[in-house]
Amino acid sequence: MLSIKNLHAGVEEKEILKGLNLEVKPGEVHAIMGPNGAGKSSLASVLSGRPNYEVTQGSVTLDGKDLLDMSPEDRAREGVFLAFQYPIEIPGVSNINFLKTAMNEIRTYKGLEPLSAKEFLALSRERQKLVEFDAKLVNRSLNEGFSGGEKKRNEIFQLAMLEPKLAILDETDSGLDIDALRIVSRGVNKLRSDKNAFIIITHYQRLLDYIVPDFVHVLSDGKIVKTGDKNLALELEEKGYDWIREEAIH
Amino acid sequence: MENSTDFLEEIAGKEYEHGFVTDIEMDILPPGLNEETIHFISKKKNEPEWLLEWRLKAFRAFQKMELPSWQNFKMPEMDFQAISYYAAPKQKVKYESLDQVDPELLETFKKLGIPLSEQKTLAGVAVDAVFDSVSVATTYKEELKKLGIIFCSFGEAVQEHPELVKKYLGTVVPHSDNVFAALNAAVFSDGSFVYIPPGVRSPMELSTYFRINAANTGQFERTLIIADKDAYVSYLEGCTAPMRDEHQLHAAVVEIVALDNAEVKYSTVQNWYPGDKDGKGGVYNFVTKRGICKGANAHISWTQVETGSAITWKYPSVILQGDNSYGEFYSVAVTKGKQIADTGTKMYHLGANTRSRIISKGISAGNGQNSYRGLVQIGAKAANARNFTQCDSMLIGDRCGAHTFPYIESKNNTATLEHEATTSKIGEDQIFYLNARGIDTEKAVELIVNGFAKEVLNKLPMEFAVEAQKLLAISLEGSVG
Repeated sequence: MLSIKNLHAGVEEKEILKGLNLEVKPGEVHAIMGPNGAGKSSLASVLSGRPNYEVTQGSVTLDGKDLLDMSPEDRAREGVFLAFQYPIEIPGVSNINFLKTAMNEIRTYKGLEPLSAKEFLALSRERQKLVEFDAKLVNRSLNEGFSGGEKKRNEIFQLAMLEPKLAILDETDSGLDIDALRIVSRGVNKLRSDKNAFIIITHYQRLLDYIVPDFVHVLSDGKIVKTGDKNLALELEEKGYDWIREEAIH
Repeated sequence: MENSTDFLEEIAGKEYEHGFVTDIEMDILPPGLNEETIHFISKKKNEPEWLLEWRLKAFRAFQKMELPSWQNFKMPEMDFQAISYYAAPKQKVKYESLDQVDPELLETFKKLGIPLSEQKTLAGVAVDAVFDSVSVATTYKEELKKLGIIFCSFGEAVQEHPELVKKYLGTVVPHSDNVFAALNAAVFSDGSFVYIPPGVRSPMELSTYFRINAANTGQFERTLIIADKDAYVSYLEGCTAPMRDEHQLHAAVVEIVALDNAEVKYSTVQNWYPGDKDGKGGVYNFVTKRGICKGANAHISWTQVETGSAITWKYPSVILQGDNSYGEFYSVAVTKGKQIADTGTKMYHLGANTRSRIISKGISAGNGQNSYRGLVQIGAKAANARNFTQCDSMLIGDRCGAHTFPYIESKNNTATLEHEATTSKIGEDQIFYLNARGIDTEKAVELIVNGFAKEVLNKLPMEFAVEAQKLLAISLEGSVG
């Protein structure tokens, strides 16, 4: 589904990703861990098309299509979803109106009819339940005055509504208490299927107790330096990252 | 990917949608302004002597007045002698029905989306259309007549209801109020007139559509709305003009009188030609709008969406004379390119327990400059008066400006006054967040701006609100990256 080959990218001539390779197949969950400054969030930014990031080398394809050549909105329409580390507040724009616009833009791109108000509301109710999202937040202004946890949960609700092929969760667990973490993880687990894939960026092994990954990758200095299964996360939790860096150098 | 500066460059290049010119035979007075001009207009309109005298009084006052200098922009030079003060589509007789109206003219109104022909009017909006200087047709007149509602062109009102016109004309905006109001009083050529009799609620929105078509003409329309005791009316006004390289002056006056328990809602969507990206051409919109809550419990509400004009200078105001009367002002003003808006309101609290509410939303893009100017005045007898003011500014790009000039004068210490103000910037992070959900940048700006202006747009009648939303989106197309 997603194929990243020799990806070099950075901001303002500072190279952050230095030859990253990653293959993600449908149905898989990949966790990306690594020390601060390794390039984890930069990877999320480059994949979603955040302005100011420049790709200098390499390729990224989604189901064979060149992702790097697309605008951020077209990437979203093709099925890439980024759950933001810091979701943005937009005053006066209701959560539900925003989601309806997003969903219908994506549907139009795919040549589908926009959903009627009734269909949309029914779907919204179903998905709110699925990911345990507070109905009161649905009609409020987008993320405005939401707590940190509510913002993160709103990202998962959006994910449930938009049903992307590839979801990238950028430190979704940061700032969540244990109850919110459980709810978010339950939501993600319910959304997992053999047709979609997840890239989960996290600092902590904790999240991976709830969302069990198929692969764990260690990102260090802009490259994936080690790949393993869920046990690698446990090992990292115990030993830290230094031993991997050592290993990578030798 | 396009970055903000590219988009900002693009913004002013956006074509003005209503910039077409209608080719029609016109009766045009040569440019120039003197007492003869006024005699000519008054005669052309077959006016009574008292009205001619009133015009001349205004003209003499005008001659002694200077252009104002307190506004937050440099007043452009205006050559009042270079303007033609009367332009009318050539007509043999007064129109008896729509069939007699020049098809070219009807076509123009059709292009503008005004439902002139009654069959096509879906939602029951009665329209009075003013083309350059004369009122072209008033729809639904008969139906309104049954209720005793008078809705006609100003000229017609002068002929058929002179007692009402004489009683109220100039009572809210005196002939010498300010230089533009004085000019208007001297040379106004038409406009709309509304009278709602006691106890009557107008069953439909009344609407006027103004259009400047001829070159080098000014539009000086005058609107007078009277809501008698316990009456209600909602009135809509829309405006467009073709693209011309020269500036065109629009100096209108609107007067509203609300008697005991009466309510008047006045909504404007102003989309005059704003000029090109270098500030060439565009309408100078210098307008005086004022209402008086003459009776107890009267209520006047102004709502305006201002997206057009090279310069907008207007302060729709309410004189709260009757006890317990209520004045409202809701405004969205958009400036882009080289546009300037200096707009706001004045609330004069004279009666006891009078209340007012001011919500102003300014949006600036490109090199646009947007000023809110407001005055809340509490008189000595206005016990327990209350005002709430909120001014929010949104900036798009880094070359535009937002300014706020709120004035408060209180002579009564029982008054409660609140003022809130915010300034925000559409951020790249907001745009990217929406992009990342499949929403393109233009739609993202539309969402953000409509969210920002929602409180005001909600005050507009339904169909107008939809139109205003679209207009906001169109006027800001390509303004953010």
